[in-house]
Amino acid sequence: MGVWVSFFAVIVLIVIPWVGAQGAGQYLFGIVIPYVAVLVFILGFVYRATKWAKTPVPFKIPTTGGQMKSLPWIKSNPLDNPSNNAGVIARMALEVLAFRSLFRNSKLELREGPKLDYASNKWLWIAALAFHYTFLVVFIRHFRLFMEPVPGFVGLLESVDGFMEVGLPRLMMSSLILLLAALYLFLRRVAVPQLRYISLAADYFPLFLIIGLVSSGILMRYFIRVDITSVKELIMGLVSFRPTVPEGIGVIFFIHLFLLSVLIAYFPFSKLMHAGGVFFSPTRNLPNDNRVKRHINPWNYPVKVHTYSEYEDDFREKMKEVGLPVEKE
Amino acid sequence: MYNKGTIITGLVIFVVLFTSPFVLGLVTSGPPPEPELTAKAKQAKQCVEVKEFMVESHMQLLDDWRNEAVREGKRTYVATDGKPYTVSLQNTCMECHSNKSKFCDQCHNYAGVDPYCWQCHIAPKEKS
Ligand code: HEC
Ligand code: HEC
Ligand code: HEC
Repeated sequence: MGVWVSFFAVIVLIVIPWVGAQGAGQYLFGIVIPYVAVLVFILGFVYRATKWAKTPVPFKIPTTGGQMKSLPWIKSNPLDNPSNNAGVIARMALEVLAFRSLFRNSKLELREGPKLDYASNKWLWIAALAFHYTFLVVFIRHFRLFMEPVPGFVGLLESVDGFMEVGLPRLMMSSLILLLAALYLFLRRVAVPQLRYISLAADYFPLFLIIGLVSSGILMRYFIRVDITSVKELIMGLVSFRPTVPEGIGVIFFIHLFLLSVLIAYFPFSKLMHAGGVFFSPTRNLPNDNRVKRHINPWNYPVKVHTYSEYEDDFREKMKEVGLPVEKE
Repeated sequence: MYNKGTIITGLVIFVVLFTSPFVLGLVTSGPPPEPELTAKAKQAKQCVEVKEFMVESHMQLLDDWRNEAVREGKRTYVATDGKPYTVSLQNTCMECHSNKSKFCDQCHNYAGVDPYCWQCHIAPKEKS
């Protein structure tokens, strides 16, 4: 169900600029919507992050995958169960840059016997790495369209990415890998019954949106060409706040730009916020120093206490009468 | 808010990164390129194909030319308007557009592309 809803939602999102980006409509799809989308993205991101930051952290969560630091003769695992900030930074860096928790993904199977079998399963990890890193490369390559002069590292990246020199304009490997990885991430959700069961429209929609975005980009680069010089003129107009819409840009560009606008405007309100959320993961960002440092519950209110010595002061005589031991005579 | 310092630093880095193209754009945006035609090209009045097609797809035309010449030995290209052209990067394109640095390079620098053709093909000599 969720698959079809998301699929048709993305089809509608493709049809809207297809029909609308004509004449004056190009100002809407080329200028107004991109500006609004960037604004929503940045403000939405900050809003979500501050909302998370305001959530009280009642206690450190030590459910991490390693032995905590304790007695000197017990071997501790400083990376999986860090006791200081340096360890936390290393653990977080590995998570963000190498997707360590996906690397630990395992598959549970009931074999004949009956026997329960755990096997390592690295496909998700590999596809996720391929997806995110080629996405980054594609993103950086786009800098040639919104920076003038074009910084040198962009050209360097292009010559590495396109070193196969297939066709003209030359094939960028990253675009192909990105599309294949996104398709894998989608097929995995429909092919594995357990995954299909837990997948919602909110899981399929961003995938379809990204597949649509990447496909429109590939189409525009290799098949339905547009005038890149005018496209850059439009983008430079946006980033220098002197917006213009040059004549004669093909509609495929407006479809691409609209899908991107929808993606970034949707970003802060969707699961895509895991980009910011990973830094807020309690099991990743807290050192396990529960027994070293005292953690004060943030919503503690002053409790009226009545200590034992006060209690004894109140009842000393009576306690003595019935023969109860007292601490102070 | 907990870990206020770290979170606010992170958010400031995020905002600065994602608004930097706009800040840079305000400071350093050049005008779009205006490729210059040589006297010879002006005389010819038109390119191999119509201008819109050339602007959008000249690299695809070059790719077709290259494959046809090198793989099939087809060395004449008949344009849509029926005019025949010799299939050659150096002797056809660069004959009319002999001002590479004021023509091809103008656009290519702007769009950040660096065609690798000139590693082997000889760029026309330009008087400057
Ligand atoms: C109107 C501006 C313009 C002019 C003039 C121009 N080009 Fe280009 N050219 C481009 C753009 C923009 C691209 C990049 C297209 C892309 O990346 O999708 C390009 C790409 C190319 C490529 C493919 C490069 C690659 O590695 O993918 C070749 C080859 C090429 N041009 C050859 C030429 C030659 C030869 C001339 C001069 C006769 C020329 N161009 C003139 C705008 C121009
Ligand atoms: C007979 C001379 C001639 C030849 C040969 C020729 N061109 Fe052109 N070219 C022109 C003229 C004239 C124009 C301007 C067309 C116009 O303004 O309508 C032009 C325009 C262009 C443009 C668009 C520039 C702009 O102002 O945006 C590109 C790109 C281009 N040519 C590339 C090539 C390539 C690549 C080849 C080889 C396949 C080639 N030309 C061969 C004469 C020629
Ligand atoms: C490794 C060296 C090399 C590179 C790089 C190279 N070529 Fe060539 N090219 C050749 C050779 C060799 C021929 C064959 C010449 C012949 O048979 O006349 C040729 C032929 C061609 C031809 C047809 C014949 C002619 O005289 O032009 C075209 C068109 C062509 N190349 C375009 C390109 C373009 C466009 C690029 C850049 C994207 C490029 N080439 C890059 C070596 C190269």
